[in-house]
Amino acid sequence: MQISLILGVILLLAAYGYQRGKGGALAAVSGDASQLHSLPSYHGAYVALWAAIPALIACVIWLSAEHQIIEALVVSGLSAESQALEPQRLALLMSDIRNLSSGDIVRADPSLEVQAAAARYTELASISLYAKFAVIAALSAICLFFAKKRIAGQFRARNRVERIVRYIMIAASVIAILTTIGLVLSLLFEAWRFFLRVPFHDFLFGTHWSPQTAIRADQVGASGSFGAIPIFAGTLLITLIAMLIAVPLGLFSAIYMSEYASPRARGAIKPLLEVLAGVPTVVYGLFAALTVGPYVRGFGESFGIDASSESALAAGLVMGVMIIPFVSSLSDDVINAVPQTLRDGSYALGATQSETIRQVVLPAALPGIVGAVLLAVSRAIGETMIVVMAAGLAANLTANPFEAVTTVTVQIVTLLVGDQEFDSSKTLAAFALGLVLFFVTLALNIIALKVVRKYREKYD
Amino acid sequence: MTDREQSTGIAVDSAEVKHARKRYRAERRFRMYGVAAIAAAAGMLALLVISIVATGWTAFYQHSIALDVTFEAKVIDPKGGRDPSVLARADYRKLARASLRKLFPDVKKRGDKRKLYGLLSIGVDQQLAELVAADPSLIGQTRRVEIYASDDVDSFLKGFIDREAPESDRRIKDKEIAWLDKLETDGAITSHLNLRFWTKGDSREPELAGFWGAMVGSFFTLLVTLALSFPVGVLAATYLEEFAPKNRWTDIIEVNINNLAAVPSIVFGLLGLAVFLNFFGLPRSAPLVGGMVLALMTLPTIIIASRSALKAVPPSIREAAFGVGASELQVVTHHVVPLALPGILTGAIIGMARALGETAPLLMIGMVAFIVDIPGSVTDPATVMPVQIYLWADSPERAFVARTSAGVMALLGFLMLMNALAVILRKRFERRW
Amino acid sequence: MLDSETNSATIADPKVVCRDVSVSYSGKQALFDIDLDIGSHQVTSLIGPSGCGKSTFLRCMNRMNDVIDGCVVTGSISVDGVEILDDEIDAVQLRRRVGMVFQKPNPFPKSIYDNIAYGPRIHGLVRGKDELDEVVQTSLERAGLWEEVKDRLLQPGTGLSGGQQQRLCIARAIAVRPDVILMDEPCSALDPIATARVEELIDELKRSYSIVIVTHSMQQAARVSQRTAFFHLGIVVEVGETEQIFTNPRDERTQGYITGRYG
Repeated sequence: MQISLILGVILLLAAYGYQRGKGGALAAVSGDASQLHSLPSYHGAYVALWAAIPALIACVIWLSAEHQIIEALVVSGLSAESQALEPQRLALLMSDIRNLSSGDIVRADPSLEVQAAAARYTELASISLYAKFAVIAALSAICLFFAKKRIAGQFRARNRVERIVRYIMIAASVIAILTTIGLVLSLLFEAWRFFLRVPFHDFLFGTHWSPQTAIRADQVGASGSFGAIPIFAGTLLITLIAMLIAVPLGLFSAIYMSEYASPRARGAIKPLLEVLAGVPTVVYGLFAALTVGPYVRGFGESFGIDASSESALAAGLVMGVMIIPFVSSLSDDVINAVPQTLRDGSYALGATQSETIRQVVLPAALPGIVGAVLLAVSRAIGETMIVVMAAGLAANLTANPFEAVTTVTVQIVTLLVGDQEFDSSKTLAAFALGLVLFFVTLALNIIALKVVRKYREKYD
Repeated sequence: MTDREQSTGIAVDSAEVKHARKRYRAERRFRMYGVAAIAAAAGMLALLVISIVATGWTAFYQHSIALDVTFEAKVIDPKGGRDPSVLARADYRKLARASLRKLFPDVKKRGDKRKLYGLLSIGVDQQLAELVAADPSLIGQTRRVEIYASDDVDSFLKGFIDREAPESDRRIKDKEIAWLDKLETDGAITSHLNLRFWTKGDSREPELAGFWGAMVGSFFTLLVTLALSFPVGVLAATYLEEFAPKNRWTDIIEVNINNLAAVPSIVFGLLGLAVFLNFFGLPRSAPLVGGMVLALMTLPTIIIASRSALKAVPPSIREAAFGVGASELQVVTHHVVPLALPGILTGAIIGMARALGETAPLLMIGMVAFIVDIPGSVTDPATVMPVQIYLWADSPERAFVARTSAGVMALLGFLMLMNALAVILRKRFERRW
Repeated sequence: MLDSETNSATIADPKVVCRDVSVSYSGKQALFDIDLDIGSHQVTSLIGPSGCGKSTFLRCMNRMNDVIDGCVVTGSISVDGVEILDDEIDAVQLRRRVGMVFQKPNPFPKSIYDNIAYGPRIHGLVRGKDELDEVVQTSLERAGLWEEVKDRLLQPGTGLSGGQQQRLCIARAIAVRPDVILMDEPCSALDPIATARVEELIDELKRSYSIVIVTHSMQQAARVSQRTAFFHLGIVVEVGETEQIFTNPRDERTQGYITGRYG
């Protein structure tokens, strides 16, 4: 396996560098370690770090760029006709070439051109492999050499090493930002490509969702319609049902836990809610599909309502149960933050506990609770597995909870899981949906945190 | 209530007392709402567990049909070279069918014969091949072998197919029931623990499908996740908590981390698809890519948990270390981090537990294919436990229903272990300052 | 039990009678067998060094100690002849009769109007909006706050100054028509001008209510109260007419506190 081999080589060189550095330091002061500015191990670490880090960075850069460069080279070697293919077909061709080159199954009898291109691909890949090894090993060795030369008695190895470590830590911290940037950029880029094909306005405000693309060249009128309103509506319906379950149950659980429950009861209830929070969503999804869905259908039919077994009600119900711990733990924090003197003031006037809670504590805690609910809504909107397993696939614009609807997350999964080539409008539509999802949940989170922070400031 | 009226004594009028009673009723009602809410939540959890266990426990045992199989040398190894590849590909099904014909000599019609053979699992040749591969001396002998029953027979024997129902509604017809009854009276039907579940990978046939492939896939994926997110997370948390100056940049980083923690998991899957698969060309369905995506997801959790663990170490420790002349980095690495380690590890375990149960992002990067082989490394195509559960849940065969729930039980078992480990760690090692 | 020979714990025609009152928090005793009478339509002040049980004792009289876990109150406290430490007594009703004002003003995060209206509403004391308006106005007038807030009744109570907030809390307490008002260091969070206003108010209020005030300031006790009880280490050392306590204390501990030898 390529990567582990390269890493192994770098590791070995680093270990070697460590020994040489340490030994070199001691040699420089003829064995008297107290003459050194820093401990010998720091000298060793200095050389090791120089042997490893530039090489690792080079490795990462090479691996990242390798794929794109090889692809570009192979494409440039294709016939002019092939290069002129539209992106979807070209991508299909490239995947054939890749599969043939790596020995996987190919779609159909490969043409001569494909076979030639595949051979070239394999060739380029192995050139890259050897070159990679050579360059990285060389880089590591050179850095090792120069680093070793610096080793001397008064060399401030510890400071250097500590500086390097600090840069590593800063890099680690920056990865969070890189992730966000990567997230936003990749979503934006792919969604932009989608919006080149399907106008923004049609997507956001269209009411007909039927994503089709041409599979074969002779299919005319490629795209279906990509109006996302039914999907947004479905998401809202299920989220609403979930909130109708989660907010009352979660809020009252929190009220009971923080105001009425004895410490022992609290000790029993808290773990219960933590268990609810820890159940994987795929298990909830199974529960919804297996038990709740059929039950809801039977329930509806006993009233003469034509209910689907993939009703919004079933999915919303289970999602609501999943979100209860969310609402209750956030509300618990918020309710506990209300100062005791407010409660005392109310009790001193002769109010009962429920009156105090209803008329003094909850209104005081309201901003925090609103923040908690917003965060819960954000969680519900982004939830995938429960709806994938329990809700429907048809984009149905309805307010009837007994019907099957689909949500943004279900559509993203449906559009991408399957043998779709990456560039078709269908797969790009998934990114557009993902973009909307990302920004909506981000907005909800920012508002919620702002609200909660303002509320905290009031009482601290 | 008259006593109370008189005892409050401090000039009470009856209207007030009536009002007070209303208030106390409201108080009791309110309290009841709280209890009811908690009971409802507990009830749903109980319902969940019961429905999973009730459907899943039958998957843990399986029925087999015991047959006397003659391992004819001329069918298995005509050339006599005991070549493993020849032995592996022999037509063992023929031998099994021969045994069945011996037991039921009066089954003549072709359609009936097909049904008779259908009592056995399709994996019968695999099963017999494995026996011969383990012990080639079997060739030429006759042994009593317990062959897996087909999934329909298994369902029937477990009582899921009602023999009273009209024949057209059943998957097991009357003739088959008659044969099975005879086999049962002959003592040829056995049930045993379903070990295949724990040792084999996925299969199209429910009676052959196992969870082990998904378990190994999860293991490799979590390995990559841990290897990537733990060092980066701890390093970042240490920097942010101990070294970073309080300025705009660190504020931005903090806001970023908090926001990332709240991004829906499926969006990370999209990132993985666009960047790792498409741009970097990493192999689809590989635990490597799955681990990378989950690492990005788990990173904020680990950073936040590690930061609170570091924050909990009192400043006096740091001051003492500075006092003896340690450098900033030495103070942190020699003193602060070791003391914060239990909290950091607890956070990491909890992050891993959450990653173990994640499904959506892995669907995006292709770990949803039908994988039969057990993955051997982080670049082999694999699937993970929750995705396997999802795939099985989609299958129409009734027998997969039981296996899906059984898979859930296995997954929940692992999660309980991990959370218990975190709790033990917390209890044993956490110090109260 | 009183610790001095002359027993001034009892008075004629008391509003509240306390005998043998002891309080412990989770096993640790804070008050030891307190005997004390509270006179009606007068101000009784409880003075003494911090931590000697004054506030604890105050909170017994409206059973606010019930709210604290692990607090046990024994003995007898009767208001207008009715024993209130009985389990059968409804604390909710009691607190209507015995109101409390706290050290730090704690108006509810509601409008000024709703702050005052809260008590009458929950006890069902008024029928209709007009009656409620009247009660709110009367309470604010009695608390000397009406002129300052009559034009902004719907604004939040938390927007007032410290002194105004405390007067709001007093108005809130009197809106339910109590007989006794307990005040726990009501001026300690206020500036001198606001303090003076509140003390003026207390002086007026004693005409309609019986007031018990816990105070750290001896000057305040001297200014405001007619009877004073000196608490020390959980017992009542001396109780009597305010003037007598401050000019001619009987017990040397009282003497020591008043002359500032310890605080």
